[in-house]
Amino acid sequence: MIYKVITKNEFKKFINGLIGENQTFGPKQVDRRADGKAVYQFMEVSSFDEMDLNYTVTYSSVKNFFLPFKEELSHFKFSDNDWEQAVEYRVNPRVIVGARPCDINALAILDKILMRGAFPSPYYIARRKNTFLIGMDHEPPEDCFCKSLGHDTVHRGFNLFCEDIGEQYYLTINSSKAFVFLKNVKAGKPTKKDDVKLIERRKLLRESFQARVEVAGLSSVLDIEFKSPVWKKWGDKCLNCGSCAMVCPTCYCYGIEETIDVGMKSSRKERVQYSCNLVDFAQVAGGHNFRPLKEDRLKYRFYHHYRGFAENADDPICVGCNRCGRACLAGINPREVISDLQMEG
Amino acid sequence: MKYLGIDPQKVKIGVFDFTGCEGCELQLANKEESLLEFLSLLEVVNFREISSDSSQDYDIALVEGSISRKDEIERLTDIRARAKVLVAMGACACFGGVNYLKNQYPLKDVVKEVYGMHSVETSKVKRIADVVKVDLNIPGCPVSKSEVESIIVSIVVGAEVKIPKYPVCVECKQNVNTCVVDLGKICLGPITRAGCGAVCPTGKAGCLGCRGPAEDANYGSLREILREKGHCESEIEQKLCFYNAFNGSTEK
Repeated sequence: MIYKVITKNEFKKFINGLIGENQTFGPKQVDRRADGKAVYQFMEVSSFDEMDLNYTVTYSSVKNFFLPFKEELSHFKFSDNDWEQAVEYRVNPRVIVGARPCDINALAILDKILMRGAFPSPYYIARRKNTFLIGMDHEPPEDCFCKSLGHDTVHRGFNLFCEDIGEQYYLTINSSKAFVFLKNVKAGKPTKKDDVKLIERRKLLRESFQARVEVAGLSSVLDIEFKSPVWKKWGDKCLNCGSCAMVCPTCYCYGIEETIDVGMKSSRKERVQYSCNLVDFAQVAGGHNFRPLKEDRLKYRFYHHYRGFAENADDPICVGCNRCGRACLAGINPREVISDLQMEG
Repeated sequence: MKYLGIDPQKVKIGVFDFTGCEGCELQLANKEESLLEFLSLLEVVNFREISSDSSQDYDIALVEGSISRKDEIERLTDIRARAKVLVAMGACACFGGVNYLKNQYPLKDVVKEVYGMHSVETSKVKRIADVVKVDLNIPGCPVSKSEVESIIVSIVVGAEVKIPKYPVCVECKQNVNTCVVDLGKICLGPITRAGCGAVCPTGKAGCLGCRGPAEDANYGSLREILREKGHCESEIEQKLCFYNAFNGSTEK
């Protein structure tokens, strides 16, 4: 990996250069909640100053830039005796600025499944390869527990990563594209002093984590507590609204929908983001529902996240961003559910 | 026009209005960019908003509005007897709709409030399903034309009619909205059937539930959440009653 330092002023110029040439997305404040907290989302930006890089956390993750909530997989055109299929997965190059380490680690998990799994998705790969991803460190919000899952730092999955060492960013360059882009701006070699500042910064961030989840042996705890009353306790609160899965950076379960256009001359096959929390996720032809109860549906989402699936080498897919916990109106959050289960044991 | 080389059957439809604003019917005539294609799937034999035909020979009857007069019961019963399939279209037909609010008051007072000296005959509001058998509900206030289109296409090609079973929150999160409950308002999105594209919360207005309950909706949990956020019981009740769509909402 190549390291450089860049002043914040020069960095702004660099980003504005990228924005001028590419569709660019960055964190923006979009609302203020009734309790006064700011709400941020990744939105399209037309200048550096529109972004708030000191944002706490975005409500939704960057996942939907790579796995859109609805995506056409295939288009069909009918003629009297024949039909034609068209598949399009090209996307224009684009830039995302300000993703946090856990967000990038989440993409690295999706990469494992959707790029290097048994069934790679050309749609995902196209979006991933054509996105220039600039990551940024941050002081963790009080309810983030990504450190417990080892996702508070990031080593892959980005083009460029920026660590805030005061007047400058300490840059980690992880792609030739980033290296070439940076040739156009003033970015120097880090000095010993910069290295010291970086070590101090990392130490400060590491020590800022307040939330913690005990993940050692978690998959065994989940196996043992399959019939625990804890599931009903939280299941009774669950609205089965799917909000957790929509904002989650790694939930990737989907459904396939086929739609015939009203003119009857064409049709579409679309992938739609779904959630195991939704009432008919496990409903099969004939109407039987394998998970008829709220608590079952909630439980299986936790199983996928913390026990893992074989396709993901049984690793947890949760990165600890707590977006689900923040989005859940019923207050269901991994920290408390997991702690409840561990108390059971 | 053939679909995969097969001639789709044109369905004969009649569209009928009862107590309602006729807004759902207007929706059928909207979305001009695909209106001709939509109409080419149908043989409209009775629909006073778009045609002067008034044939009584139809396969599908799309019924809008609720029932609030004796003569409406007779007319609806007659339509049911003629139609192979009867579809309740819109919140009024499916749940009673805004009209149902009238049932909270003595009829005498209602008539006086609205018509003053010119009294009219009226009765308590009923849903279509309270009077005749309903084969399919298309909820919404008004119905979504896109949803009606996809239902008609499904019927024409013999595919399963699909209406989402999950709540509005799914579509709301997909629109990357800020949660309206977080903004301090009451929103029935978590218990209301999706399919509207979360149009109200996207405009920062709380969902009033015009599409009725999502399947296995968790009324108890939403009530508790809203109470904890400081909304009083009567305020919550008022929203739940708006379309009379949540009869089961007092269940725990």
